[in-house]
Amino acid sequence: MSCCAAMTPDMMKDAARKSRAEELRLASHSPRPGVRMLRLAAPDLKCGGCVAGLERALAREEGVLTARANLTAKTIAVEWREEAVEAVDIAEAAERAGQRVFPLDDAGAEDAEARESRDLLTRMAVAGFASANIMLLSVAVWSGAEGATRDLMHWISAAIALPTVLYSGRPFFVSAWRGLKGWRLTMDAPISLAVILAACVSLSEAIRGGHETYFDAAVTLLFLLLVGRWLDKAMRAKARSAARALARLTPRGAWVETDEGRAYRPLEEIQPGDLVAVAAGERAAVDGVVRRGDGALDRSFLTGESAPVPVGPGDRVEAGALSLDATLVVETERVGEDTTIAEIGRLVSAAEERKSKLARLADQAARIYAPVVHGVALVVMLAWLALGADPREALLVAVALLIITCPCALGLAAPMAQAVASGTLYRRGVMLKDGAALERLARIRAVAFDKTGVLTMGRPRLAAPEGLNGAEIAALGALASESRHPLSRALTLWAAEQGGPQERIEAASETAGAGVSGLWRGAPIRLGSAAFIGPKAEAAEAALERDGADAASLAWAQIADKAPAPFRFADDIRPGARETVAGFARSGLACAMLSGDRPSAVNAVGAALGLADRRASLRPEDKIAAVEALRAEHGPVLMVGDGINDAPALAAADVSIAPASAADVGRAAADVVFTGAYLDASLEAWATARKTRAIILQNFGLAAAYNAVSIPLAALGYVGPLEAAIAMSTSSLLVTLNALRLSRAPRVPTTPERRADASAPSTPRAAPLPVSPQETAA
Amino acid sequence: MNVLFYLIPAALALGGLGLLAFLWSLNHEQFEDLDGEAERILHDD
Repeated sequence: MSCCAAMTPDMMKDAARKSRAEELRLASHSPRPGVRMLRLAAPDLKCGGCVAGLERALAREEGVLTARANLTAKTIAVEWREEAVEAVDIAEAAERAGQRVFPLDDAGAEDAEARESRDLLTRMAVAGFASANIMLLSVAVWSGAEGATRDLMHWISAAIALPTVLYSGRPFFVSAWRGLKGWRLTMDAPISLAVILAACVSLSEAIRGGHETYFDAAVTLLFLLLVGRWLDKAMRAKARSAARALARLTPRGAWVETDEGRAYRPLEEIQPGDLVAVAAGERAAVDGVVRRGDGALDRSFLTGESAPVPVGPGDRVEAGALSLDATLVVETERVGEDTTIAEIGRLVSAAEERKSKLARLADQAARIYAPVVHGVALVVMLAWLALGADPREALLVAVALLIITCPCALGLAAPMAQAVASGTLYRRGVMLKDGAALERLARIRAVAFDKTGVLTMGRPRLAAPEGLNGAEIAALGALASESRHPLSRALTLWAAEQGGPQERIEAASETAGAGVSGLWRGAPIRLGSAAFIGPKAEAAEAALERDGADAASLAWAQIADKAPAPFRFADDIRPGARETVAGFARSGLACAMLSGDRPSAVNAVGAALGLADRRASLRPEDKIAAVEALRAEHGPVLMVGDGINDAPALAAADVSIAPASAADVGRAAADVVFTGAYLDASLEAWATARKTRAIILQNFGLAAAYNAVSIPLAALGYVGPLEAAIAMSTSSLLVTLNALRLSRAPRVPTTPERRADASAPSTPRAAPLPVSPQETAA
Repeated sequence: MNVLFYLIPAALALGGLGLLAFLWSLNHEQFEDLDGEAERILHDD
């Protein structure tokens, strides 16, 4: 490994720390001059003791002003004097205190989210206060207040209601106006019209000293709708863009070889043709061709497979690929926006944008509902005029009709059902990013699975050869510890678990991308690929391959002149995968496996799970094409994936699910994330989504049935403020009670193991928003 | 009916007091960390 001479291990560590420091500095912001603030996700924060320990450890740091942990959200906020320390020192101090920490994306975006939610709550509280008080005054009128007393009640009601309508109704007016400007009729248009008309007509009635005002109805309507709106908002987790998370995978600069040695340059200053050094443990910043150095690359962001790919001079390297064991000198071909990973990012953001435009169930209902109700109200008013009623009376009847058909059951129906379903799913280990994901999940006709990390565990497990004694195992473990290769690390761990004696390896040396060799008790000991060990191992490997073994998951060991022994690295099938595939297939959904892996591995897993539709060696853009082909053939597609290479397909599918163990980018791209190892969580999410859709449709049906009765009554002029108030509260109550049935929904048949797991006491109590830790390129 | 002249203001004022209390707690981070505060009281600093 002569290529490493120019770069000492210290320099390599320094480069990795540098990219992390950069990332953390970008995540922090400055609330006041001279002070910086950083919010970090600390997913292991579990108890009051950890909170106290972490806060105390950080407060002891030089320059730290405040450190406050939040146990509900599992975050910690730190403020420090700018000139005293760097953001990366804070993160390292937290790590010394025993907490893994990750920068939270965009502290600013999250604050905006919190502010918006607080704003809605404030408007809701004001509307609640107003509606309770006006209702009290209205009760006095209904129970027979006359003359001056009734006028007094009306005027006090007006004084409370008009400012409330202006303040609490603003979100609806703004959104309805925005929709109308774009020629879209959303649920907010009929809401705004009903509220504004009711307020105006009631005011004119109060001025004339009339009998009936609708101040209470207008404000109660706003209150109920704001409850629905806030539920909807609170359910939506910080929807981070997977495209932006992807951009973080490439470092912001690289070590460029110049005439005066190596210099760290930001990406913008790197030109095609520059020679860039990629140290072991670092991600490549550019697309290019290896000029010097041999090593192994982790190209999982393209293929989903973490099995290392050997590279040498002449081989291609893509930006984002992780060099595992050697320093590679790469000749730059493409930088920045032209790289493969930037192309994947564009695919992801295009798909995310398409998805955000999908209409929601409630808005679809509004498109039918609003024209019908407005049309009927207009016809009724004209009919009353034609029959000789005076205009004031005709308008009052029309307003009563608009209020009694108020879409509050509609506005509450969907968010209430989705909020209850999302809470139920959360207790069962499934986290939703968005209530709308449930609507899309209920409609799927096809399911696409990624292989590694979804249908399998994605962690190679070591199957050791027989006939090795304790000392030999320990010697191989010691030899493997000389290498950073993932398979070597798995072997080191396994050897340590066997608990053999301490063994010493002399003269150990690593041939990057091939294996390690050394001397043990004076005899040669070698560990690596069959080609590295020699012809005997190659012959043995060919024999194993004929029996169906997969050469890429084999490593060979030779001790002295004994016969070479094979180590197999098997990827276990994920528990519940079989039941999940069978469950979806039983319900008549098309199932397919989309994998970036080699056909032999894909076929082995497909056969074990009974999946006939298997597609291997897919690149990220091929996965999008496969998802679109499934959609054209069967209908809406659910994608279950975990890797960075799955992110475009996750975003392109109608709805997507990722395990919590997925890459950060994968989790950001998915609509649903499940914790725990059992894949049948996805089956349960689907069953719950269907039940939720059924409840929402029932609620819409209830609203329609009740309108069918109330519209004729209102049209005939039998409905006054009292009847409107009673009808409105009953329909909202009915919708809410119906939605609550979801919380007692029986569990779908899942594997007994998952059921036992979910009832364990570690199940979280409340339903905080999921925290998405960043993957740090270290 | 004169009783209304002080009962209505009294009712409104009491309701307003509740509203203000809620808005105060909303804007003073009383709902930020419901689990953490319950644990925090058990540890002395």
